[in-house]
Amino acid sequence: MSNWIEVCALDEIDEEDVVPFDHAGHTYAIYRCPEGNVFATSGLCTHERIHLADGLVMDDIIECPKHNGRFNYKNGQAQGAPVCEHLKTFATKVENDTIYIEVAP
Amino acid sequence: MTMRDYSLTGASSRLAQEQGLASATWYQTDIPRKTMKALMKRSDGPAIRDTAIWLLCLVSFAAALYLTWGTFWAVPVFLCYALLYGTASDSRWHECSHGTAFKTPWMNNSVYYLASFMVIREPKVWKWSHARHHTDTIIVGRDYEIMGHRPTRVLRHILAMVGLPQTWGTLKSLVRHASGRLSPDEQSFIPEMEHNSVFRTARIMLALYGLSIGLAVGFQSWYLALIIGPLPAMAGVWLAYVFGLTQHAGLAENVLDHRQNCRTIYMNPVFRFLYWNMNYHIEHHMFPMVPYHQLPALHQLMKEDCPPVYHSTWSAFKEVVAAMWQQRKDPEHYVRRELPQTPTADTETTTMAAQTA
Ligand code: FES
Repeated sequence: MSNWIEVCALDEIDEEDVVPFDHAGHTYAIYRCPEGNVFATSGLCTHERIHLADGLVMDDIIECPKHNGRFNYKNGQAQGAPVCEHLKTFATKVENDTIYIEVAP
Repeated sequence: MTMRDYSLTGASSRLAQEQGLASATWYQTDIPRKTMKALMKRSDGPAIRDTAIWLLCLVSFAAALYLTWGTFWAVPVFLCYALLYGTASDSRWHECSHGTAFKTPWMNNSVYYLASFMVIREPKVWKWSHARHHTDTIIVGRDYEIMGHRPTRVLRHILAMVGLPQTWGTLKSLVRHASGRLSPDEQSFIPEMEHNSVFRTARIMLALYGLSIGLAVGFQSWYLALIIGPLPAMAGVWLAYVFGLTQHAGLAENVLDHRQNCRTIYMNPVFRFLYWNMNYHIEHHMFPMVPYHQLPALHQLMKEDCPPVYHSTWSAFKEVVAAMWQQRKDPEHYVRRELPQTPTADTETTTMAAQTA
Protein backbone atom coordinates (compact mmCIF):
# COMPACT_ATOMS: atom_id res chain seq x y z
CA MET A 1 0.00 0.00 0.00
CA SER A 2 1.43 3.36 -0.95
CA ASN A 3 1.84 6.08 1.62
CA TRP A 4 2.23 9.51 0.05
CA ILE A 5 3.24 12.29 2.41
CA GLU A 6 2.97 15.98 1.63
CA VAL A 7 6.38 17.71 1.81
CA CYS A 8 6.09 21.35 0.73
CA ALA A 9 5.16 23.61 -2.16
CA LEU A 10 7.25 23.12 -5.29
CA ASP A 11 8.51 26.69 -5.26
CA GLU A 12 9.92 26.26 -1.76
CA ILE A 13 12.89 24.44 -3.29
CA ASP A 14 15.12 26.31 -5.73
CA GLU A 15 16.21 24.48 -8.85
CA GLU A 16 19.51 22.65 -8.22
CA ASP A 17 18.98 22.73 -4.47
CA VAL A 18 17.91 20.56 -1.57
CA VAL A 19 15.82 20.96 1.58
CA PRO A 20 15.43 18.76 4.65
CA PHE A 21 12.12 17.10 5.50
CA ASP A 22 11.33 15.29 8.74
CA HIS A 23 8.50 12.82 9.10
CA ALA A 24 7.69 10.17 11.71
CA GLY A 25 11.15 10.24 13.24
CA HIS A 26 12.93 10.00 9.88
CA THR A 27 14.78 12.70 8.02
CA TYR A 28 14.73 13.02 4.24
CA ALA A 29 16.46 15.21 1.69
CA ILE A 30 14.23 16.57 -1.10
CA TYR A 31 15.97 17.77 -4.27
CA ARG A 32 15.10 19.72 -7.37
CA CYS A 33 17.43 18.95 -10.24
CA PRO A 34 18.49 21.69 -12.69
CA GLU A 35 15.63 20.63 -15.02
CA GLY A 36 13.17 21.16 -12.17
CA ASN A 37 12.24 17.52 -11.41
CA VAL A 38 11.93 16.42 -7.79
CA PHE A 39 13.81 13.57 -6.08
CA ALA A 40 14.07 12.30 -2.52
CA THR A 41 16.65 10.35 -0.54
CA SER A 42 17.26 9.57 3.09
CA GLY A 43 18.43 12.77 4.71
CA LEU A 44 21.61 11.65 6.43
CA CYS A 45 24.95 10.87 4.84
CA THR A 46 25.82 7.17 5.03
CA HIS A 47 29.35 8.04 6.15
CA GLU A 48 28.78 9.89 9.41
CA ARG A 49 25.08 10.72 9.46
CA ILE A 50 25.45 14.40 8.59
CA HIS A 51 22.43 16.27 7.17
CA LEU A 52 22.76 16.26 3.38
CA ALA A 53 20.40 19.23 3.09
CA ASP A 54 23.32 21.44 4.16
CA GLY A 55 25.30 20.16 1.17
CA LEU A 56 25.70 21.28 -2.40
CA VAL A 57 23.66 20.08 -5.38
CA MET A 58 25.57 19.98 -8.65
CA ASP A 59 23.71 18.47 -11.61
CA ASP A 60 22.79 14.93 -10.42
CA ILE A 61 25.10 15.01 -7.43
CA ILE A 62 24.62 15.93 -3.79
CA GLU A 63 27.89 16.64 -2.00
CA CYS A 64 27.91 16.09 1.75
CA PRO A 65 28.96 19.17 3.73
CA LYS A 66 31.23 17.30 6.13
CA HIS A 67 33.80 15.42 4.04
CA ASN A 68 32.58 16.20 0.53
CA GLY A 69 31.36 12.66 -0.07
CA ARG A 70 29.19 12.53 -3.19
CA PHE A 71 26.00 10.67 -4.09
CA ASN A 72 23.87 10.63 -7.19
CA TYR A 73 20.59 11.70 -5.61
CA LYS A 74 18.55 10.32 -8.52
CA ASN A 75 19.52 6.71 -7.78
CA GLY A 76 21.28 7.01 -4.41
CA GLN A 77 24.63 5.70 -5.71
CA ALA A 78 27.66 6.59 -3.57
CA GLN A 79 30.39 7.98 -5.85
CA GLY A 80 33.46 6.87 -3.88
CA ALA A 81 35.47 7.55 -0.71
CA PRO A 82 34.64 8.66 1.86
CA VAL A 83 31.14 7.42 1.09
CA CYS A 84 30.80 3.71 0.35
CA GLU A 85 27.19 2.92 1.22
CA HIS A 86 24.41 4.05 -1.15
CA LEU A 87 21.58 6.34 -0.09
CA LYS A 88 18.01 5.11 0.09
CA THR A 89 15.80 6.80 -2.49
CA PHE A 90 12.06 7.48 -2.35
CA ALA A 91 9.47 8.02 -5.05
CA THR A 92 8.17 11.57 -5.43
CA LYS A 93 5.27 13.21 -7.23
CA VAL A 94 4.09 16.78 -7.74
CA GLU A 95 0.38 17.53 -7.70
CA ASN A 96 -1.06 21.04 -7.76
CA ASP A 97 2.45 22.44 -7.23
CA THR A 98 2.82 20.42 -4.04
CA ILE A 99 5.56 17.83 -3.53
CA TYR A 100 4.79 14.40 -2.08
CA ILE A 101 7.11 11.53 -1.24
CA GLU A 102 6.21 7.91 -0.84
CA VAL A 103 7.42 6.42 2.40
CA ALA A 104 6.96 2.98 3.89
CA PRO A 105 3.54 2.75 5.57
CA MET B 1 58.11 12.65 30.77
CA THR B 2 55.71 10.24 29.07
CA MET B 3 54.10 11.07 25.74
CA ARG B 4 50.37 11.51 25.54
CA ASP B 5 48.66 8.61 23.86
CA TYR B 6 47.89 9.86 20.36
CA SER B 7 47.12 6.39 19.02
CA LEU B 8 43.58 5.80 17.77
CA THR B 9 43.12 2.55 19.63
CA GLY B 10 44.35 3.33 23.15
CA ALA B 11 43.12 4.95 26.35
CA SER B 12 42.81 8.47 24.83
CA SER B 13 40.55 7.14 22.13
CA ARG B 14 38.26 5.48 24.67
CA LEU B 15 38.24 8.61 26.79
CA ALA B 16 37.39 10.84 23.81
CA GLN B 17 34.42 8.62 23.03
CA GLU B 18 33.26 8.52 26.64
CA GLN B 19 33.47 12.31 26.83
CA GLY B 20 31.39 12.76 23.69
CA LEU B 21 34.28 14.27 21.73
CA ALA B 22 34.12 11.74 18.88
CA SER B 23 31.96 12.64 15.86
CA ALA B 24 30.53 15.50 17.91
CA THR B 25 28.64 18.58 16.83
CA TRP B 26 30.95 21.56 16.26
CA TYR B 27 30.34 25.27 16.50
CA GLN B 28 29.44 26.94 13.20
CA THR B 29 29.08 30.61 12.41
CA ASP B 30 25.57 31.29 11.23
CA ILE B 31 25.67 32.05 7.52
CA PRO B 32 22.47 32.07 5.43
CA ARG B 33 21.99 29.14 3.06
CA LYS B 34 21.83 31.36 -0.04
CA THR B 35 25.17 32.91 0.86
CA MET B 36 26.75 29.54 1.53
CA LYS B 37 25.48 28.23 -1.80
CA ALA B 38 27.15 31.13 -3.57
CA LEU B 39 30.39 30.41 -1.75
CA MET B 40 30.31 26.65 -2.28
CA LYS B 41 29.69 26.96 -6.01
CA ARG B 42 32.36 25.11 -7.99
CA SER B 43 34.26 26.24 -11.04
CA ASP B 44 37.26 24.94 -12.93
CA GLY B 45 38.69 28.31 -13.92
CA PRO B 46 40.74 29.36 -10.86
CA ALA B 47 42.28 25.92 -10.31
CA ILE B 48 43.09 25.43 -14.02
CA ARG B 49 44.83 28.81 -14.02
CA ASP B 50 46.73 28.10 -10.78
CA THR B 51 47.67 24.56 -11.81
CA ALA B 52 48.92 25.77 -15.19
CA ILE B 53 51.07 28.44 -13.50
CA TRP B 54 52.37 25.89 -11.00
CA LEU B 55 53.28 23.28 -13.64
CA LEU B 56 54.79 25.94 -15.89
CA CYS B 57 56.95 27.17 -13.00
CA LEU B 58 58.04 23.60 -12.24
CA VAL B 59 59.04 22.94 -15.85
CA SER B 60 60.80 26.32 -16.09
CA PHE B 61 62.83 25.75 -12.93
CA ALA B 62 63.66 22.19 -14.04
CA ALA B 63 64.94 23.62 -17.33
CA ALA B 64 66.85 26.35 -15.50
CA LEU B 65 68.44 23.72 -13.26
CA TYR B 66 69.57 21.84 -16.35
CA LEU B 67 71.05 25.00 -17.84
CA THR B 68 72.80 26.10 -14.63
CA TRP B 69 73.99 22.60 -13.68
CA GLY B 70 77.54 22.72 -12.34
CA THR B 71 77.40 26.43 -11.48
CA PHE B 72 76.61 28.21 -8.21
CA TRP B 73 73.21 29.25 -9.65
CA ALA B 74 72.04 25.67 -9.65
CA VAL B 75 71.66 25.86 -5.85
CA PRO B 76 69.05 28.66 -5.61
CA VAL B 77 67.32 27.36 -8.73
CA PHE B 78 67.01 23.91 -7.15
CA LEU B 79 65.73 25.37 -3.87
CA CYS B 80 62.96 27.20 -5.76
CA TYR B 81 62.14 24.06 -7.73
CA ALA B 82 62.01 22.04 -4.52
CA LEU B 83 59.58 24.52 -2.92
CA LEU B 84 57.26 24.20 -5.89
CA TYR B 85 57.65 20.43 -5.72
CA GLY B 86 57.54 19.74 -1.97
CA THR B 87 55.43 22.61 -0.62
CA ALA B 88 53.01 23.53 -3.41
CA SER B 89 52.17 19.86 -3.98
CA ASP B 90 51.10 19.56 -0.34
CA SER B 91 48.37 22.17 -0.71
CA ARG B 92 47.28 20.79 -4.10
CA TRP B 93 47.06 17.35 -2.54
CA HIS B 94 44.97 18.79 0.29
CA GLU B 95 42.48 20.82 -1.71
CA CYS B 96 41.97 18.08 -4.30
CA SER B 97 41.41 15.52 -1.54
CA HIS B 98 38.36 17.58 -0.60
CA GLY B 99 37.32 17.58 -4.25
CA THR B 100 36.67 21.31 -4.13
CA ALA B 101 39.54 22.73 -6.21
CA PHE B 102 38.00 21.92 -9.61
CA LYS B 103 34.40 21.47 -10.59
CA THR B 104 35.29 18.55 -12.87
CA PRO B 105 35.99 15.36 -10.89
CA TRP B 106 38.67 13.94 -13.21
CA MET B 107 40.67 17.15 -12.88
CA ASN B 108 40.51 16.95 -9.08
CA ASN B 109 41.53 13.31 -9.16
CA SER B 110 44.40 13.81 -11.61
CA VAL B 111 45.95 16.61 -9.57
CA TYR B 112 45.26 14.66 -6.36
CA TYR B 113 47.19 11.60 -7.52
CA LEU B 114 50.00 13.64 -9.05
CA ALA B 115 50.38 15.73 -5.89
CA SER B 116 50.17 12.62 -3.67
CA PHE B 117 53.08 11.11 -5.57
CA MET B 118 55.08 14.32 -5.30
CA VAL B 119 54.42 14.88 -1.61
CA ILE B 120 54.99 11.16 -0.83
CA ARG B 121 51.61 10.51 0.66
CA GLU B 122 49.38 7.50 0.06
CA PRO B 123 46.26 8.88 -1.62
CA LYS B 124 43.80 6.29 -0.32
CA VAL B 125 45.03 6.24 3.28
CA TRP B 126 45.18 10.01 3.54
CA LYS B 127 41.75 10.46 2.07
CA TRP B 128 40.37 8.57 5.05
CA SER B 129 42.70 10.03 7.66
CA HIS B 130 41.87 13.51 6.44
CA ALA B 131 38.14 12.81 6.71
CA ARG B 132 38.78 11.82 10.32
CA HIS B 133 40.85 14.98 10.84
CA HIS B 134 37.81 16.99 9.82
CA THR B 135 35.40 14.99 11.97
CA ASP B 136 37.54 15.10 15.10
CA THR B 137 39.97 17.96 14.62
CA ILE B 138 42.77 17.81 17.25
CA ILE B 139 40.79 15.39 19.42
CA VAL B 140 43.46 13.25 21.08
CA GLY B 141 42.94 9.57 20.32
CA ARG B 142 40.75 10.34 17.28
CA ASP B 143 42.67 12.64 14.92
CA TYR B 144 45.49 10.89 13.06
CA GLU B 145 46.96 14.14 11.72
CA ILE B 146 47.96 15.96 14.91
CA MET B 147 51.43 17.44 14.31
CA GLY B 148 52.00 19.07 17.71
CA HIS B 149 52.25 15.98 19.91
CA ARG B 150 52.87 16.82 23.57
CA PRO B 151 55.35 16.91 25.14
CA THR B 152 57.13 18.38 22.13
CA ARG B 153 59.80 16.23 20.50
CA VAL B 154 62.08 18.98 19.23
CA LEU B 155 64.45 16.77 17.27
CA ARG B 156 61.56 15.18 15.41
CA HIS B 157 60.31 18.58 14.27
CA ILE B 158 63.78 19.61 13.12
CA LEU B 159 64.16 16.39 11.11
CA ALA B 160 60.65 16.88 9.72
CA MET B 161 61.77 20.15 8.13
CA VAL B 162 63.76 18.00 5.69
CA GLY B 163 61.06 15.36 5.48
CA LEU B 164 62.96 12.53 7.16
CA PRO B 165 60.33 11.15 9.57
CA GLN B 166 57.54 11.63 7.01
CA THR B 167 59.43 9.88 4.19
CA TRP B 168 60.58 7.06 6.45
CA GLY B 169 57.05 6.69 7.83
CA THR B 170 55.53 6.52 4.34
CA LEU B 171 58.15 4.05 3.16
CA LYS B 172 57.31 1.75 6.07
CA SER B 173 53.57 2.08 5.49
CA LEU B 174 53.96 1.52 1.73
CA VAL B 175 55.78 -1.74 2.42
CA ARG B 176 53.18 -2.71 5.03
CA HIS B 177 50.29 -1.97 2.67
CA ALA B 178 51.98 -3.52 -0.36
CA SER B 179 52.24 -6.72 1.66
CA GLY B 180 48.53 -6.56 2.48
CA ARG B 181 48.59 -5.31 6.09
CA LEU B 182 47.21 -2.26 7.92
CA SER B 183 48.20 -0.95 11.33
CA PRO B 184 45.55 -1.02 14.09
CA ASP B 185 45.26 2.78 13.85
CA GLU B 186 44.65 2.58 10.10
CA GLN B 187 42.07 -0.15 10.58
CA SER B 188 40.18 2.22 12.87
CA PHE B 189 39.53 4.78 10.12
CA ILE B 190 39.75 2.89 6.80
CA PRO B 191 36.65 0.78 6.12
CA GLU B 192 37.25 -2.83 5.19
CA MET B 193 35.85 -2.50 1.68
CA GLU B 194 38.67 -0.01 0.91
CA HIS B 195 41.53 -2.19 2.12
CA ASN B 196 42.29 -3.84 -1.22
CA SER B 197 42.38 -0.50 -2.94
CA VAL B 198 44.90 0.75 -0.32
CA PHE B 199 47.08 -2.30 -0.96
CA ARG B 200 46.89 -1.92 -4.75
CA THR B 201 47.73 1.76 -4.61
CA ALA B 202 50.72 1.10 -2.33
CA ARG B 203 52.12 -1.41 -4.81
CA ILE B 204 51.75 1.07 -7.68
CA MET B 205 53.38 3.84 -5.67
CA LEU B 206 56.30 1.64 -4.64
CA ALA B 207 56.80 0.72 -8.28
CA LEU B 208 56.73 4.39 -9.34
CA TYR B 209 59.24 5.46 -6.66
CA GLY B 210 61.38 2.47 -7.57
CA LEU B 211 61.22 3.52 -11.21
CA SER B 212 62.18 7.13 -10.46
CA ILE B 213 65.15 6.04 -8.34
CA GLY B 214 66.04 3.31 -10.82
CA LEU B 215 66.15 5.81 -13.69
CA ALA B 216 68.43 8.14 -11.75
CA VAL B 217 70.74 5.27 -10.82
CA GLY B 218 70.56 3.71 -14.27
CA PHE B 219 71.50 6.94 -16.00
CA GLN B 220 73.84 7.83 -13.12
CA SER B 221 72.12 11.20 -13.10
CA TRP B 222 71.93 13.44 -10.06
CA TYR B 223 69.82 15.75 -12.16
CA LEU B 224 67.06 13.14 -12.51
CA ALA B 225 67.28 12.34 -8.77
CA LEU B 226 66.76 16.00 -7.94
CA ILE B 227 63.90 16.51 -10.37
CA ILE B 228 61.59 13.64 -9.48
CA GLY B 229 61.12 11.35 -6.48
CA PRO B 230 61.91 11.67 -2.78
CA LEU B 231 64.80 14.18 -2.94
CA PRO B 232 62.96 17.26 -4.27
CA ALA B 233 60.03 16.42 -1.99
CA MET B 234 62.30 16.36 1.06
CA ALA B 235 64.28 19.45 0.06
CA GLY B 236 61.11 21.46 -0.46
CA VAL B 237 58.87 20.27 2.36
CA TRP B 238 60.13 22.74 4.98
CA LEU B 239 57.73 25.53 4.09
CA ALA B 240 54.76 23.14 3.94
CA TYR B 241 55.81 21.97 7.39
CA VAL B 242 55.93 25.55 8.69
CA PHE B 243 52.50 26.17 7.17
CA GLY B 244 51.25 22.91 8.67
CA LEU B 245 52.44 23.81 12.16
CA THR B 246 50.69 27.15 12.03
CA GLN B 247 47.34 25.44 11.37
CA HIS B 248 46.81 23.95 14.84
CA ALA B 249 50.04 23.43 16.81
CA GLY B 250 50.16 25.01 20.27
CA LEU B 251 46.40 25.56 20.38
CA ALA B 252 43.80 23.72 22.46
CA GLU B 253 43.24 19.99 22.17
CA ASN B 254 39.84 18.37 22.71
CA VAL B 255 37.62 21.38 22.04
CA LEU B 256 34.60 21.38 19.70
CA ASP B 257 35.15 24.83 18.22
CA HIS B 258 37.49 25.37 15.28
CA ARG B 259 38.00 28.96 16.37
CA GLN B 260 39.95 27.61 19.33
CA ASN B 261 42.10 25.03 17.58
CA CYS B 262 42.80 26.57 14.15
CA ARG B 263 44.60 29.73 13.08
CA THR B 264 43.64 32.14 10.34
CA ILE B 265 46.66 34.11 9.16
CA TYR B 266 47.12 36.89 6.62
CA MET B 267 49.86 35.74 4.24
CA ASN B 268 51.60 37.37 1.31
CA PRO B 269 50.37 36.49 -2.21
CA VAL B 270 53.31 34.17 -2.95
CA PHE B 271 52.64 32.11 0.18
CA ARG B 272 48.93 32.12 -0.58
CA PHE B 273 49.63 30.78 -4.06
CA LEU B 274 51.91 28.05 -2.72
CA TYR B 275 49.45 27.24 0.07
CA TRP B 276 46.22 27.62 -1.91
CA ASN B 277 44.69 29.90 0.73
CA MET B 278 44.83 27.37 3.54
CA ASN B 279 45.97 30.25 5.73
CA TYR B 280 42.20 30.77 6.15
CA HIS B 281 42.18 27.67 8.26
CA ILE B 282 39.32 28.38 10.65
CA GLU B 283 37.15 29.06 7.63
CA HIS B 284 38.31 25.90 5.87
CA HIS B 285 37.57 23.69 8.87
CA MET B 286 34.23 25.23 9.66
CA PHE B 287 33.06 25.06 6.03
CA PRO B 288 35.16 22.49 4.14
CA MET B 289 32.88 22.69 1.10
CA VAL B 290 34.03 26.18 0.24
CA PRO B 291 36.74 26.04 -2.48
CA TYR B 292 40.11 27.62 -1.75
CA HIS B 293 39.50 30.57 -4.07
CA GLN B 294 36.38 31.58 -2.10
CA LEU B 295 38.00 31.43 1.34
CA PRO B 296 38.98 35.14 1.40
CA ALA B 297 35.30 36.03 0.80
CA LEU B 298 34.17 33.59 3.48
CA HIS B 299 36.71 35.13 5.84
CA GLN B 300 35.15 38.57 5.34
CA LEU B 301 31.81 37.14 6.33
CA MET B 302 32.86 35.43 9.52
CA LYS B 303 35.87 37.33 10.82
CA GLU B 304 33.80 39.22 13.41
CA ASP B 305 32.80 35.88 14.87
CA CYS B 306 36.41 34.68 15.16
CA PRO B 307 39.41 35.47 17.34
CA PRO B 308 41.82 38.13 16.00
CA VAL B 309 43.63 37.19 12.78
CA TYR B 310 47.43 36.76 12.81
CA HIS B 311 48.91 39.48 10.66
CA SER B 312 51.82 37.52 9.23
CA THR B 313 53.17 34.00 8.93
CA TRP B 314 55.99 35.06 11.22
CA SER B 315 53.66 36.23 14.01
CA ALA B 316 51.83 32.89 13.94
CA PHE B 317 55.00 30.80 13.67
CA LYS B 318 56.62 32.68 16.57
CA GLU B 319 53.63 31.80 18.73
CA VAL B 320 53.79 28.15 17.63
CA VAL B 321 57.49 27.81 18.43
CA ALA B 322 57.12 29.49 21.85
CA ALA B 323 54.13 27.30 22.76
CA MET B 324 55.78 24.10 21.59
CA TRP B 325 58.99 24.97 23.41
CA GLN B 326 57.01 25.33 26.63
CA GLN B 327 55.13 22.11 25.91
CA ARG B 328 58.44 20.21 26.07
CA LYS B 329 58.21 20.52 29.86
CA ASP B 330 54.57 21.41 30.37
CA PRO B 331 52.25 19.39 28.13
CA GLU B 332 49.22 21.10 29.68
CA HIS B 333 50.26 24.48 28.27
CA TYR B 334 48.46 25.83 25.22
CA VAL B 335 47.54 29.14 23.61
CA ARG B 336 44.04 30.18 24.58
CA ARG B 337 42.18 32.02 21.80
CA GLU B 338 39.75 34.68 23.00
CA LEU B 339 36.38 34.36 21.32
CA PRO B 340 34.47 37.50 20.38
CA GLN B 341 31.36 38.48 22.31
CA THR B 342 29.16 38.79 19.21
CA PRO B 343 28.08 35.22 18.55
CA THR B 344 27.15 35.47 14.87
CA ALA B 345 28.15 37.45 11.83
CA ASP B 346 25.86 40.16 10.47
CA THR B 347 23.72 38.27 7.97
CA GLU B 348 22.99 41.23 5.73
CA THR B 349 26.68 41.96 5.30
CA THR B 350 27.42 38.28 4.74
CA THR B 351 24.96 37.95 1.88
CA MET B 352 26.34 41.02 0.17
CA ALA B 353 29.95 39.98 0.52
CA ALA B 354 29.31 36.51 -0.91
CA GLN B 355 27.42 37.87 -3.87
CA THR B 356 30.23 40.23 -4.74
CA ALA B 357 32.90 37.54 -4.22
S1 FES C 1 29.68 12.63 6.70
FE1 FES C 1 29.17 12.76 4.62
S2 FES C 1 31.05 12.41 3.62
FE2 FES C 1 31.52 12.16 5.70
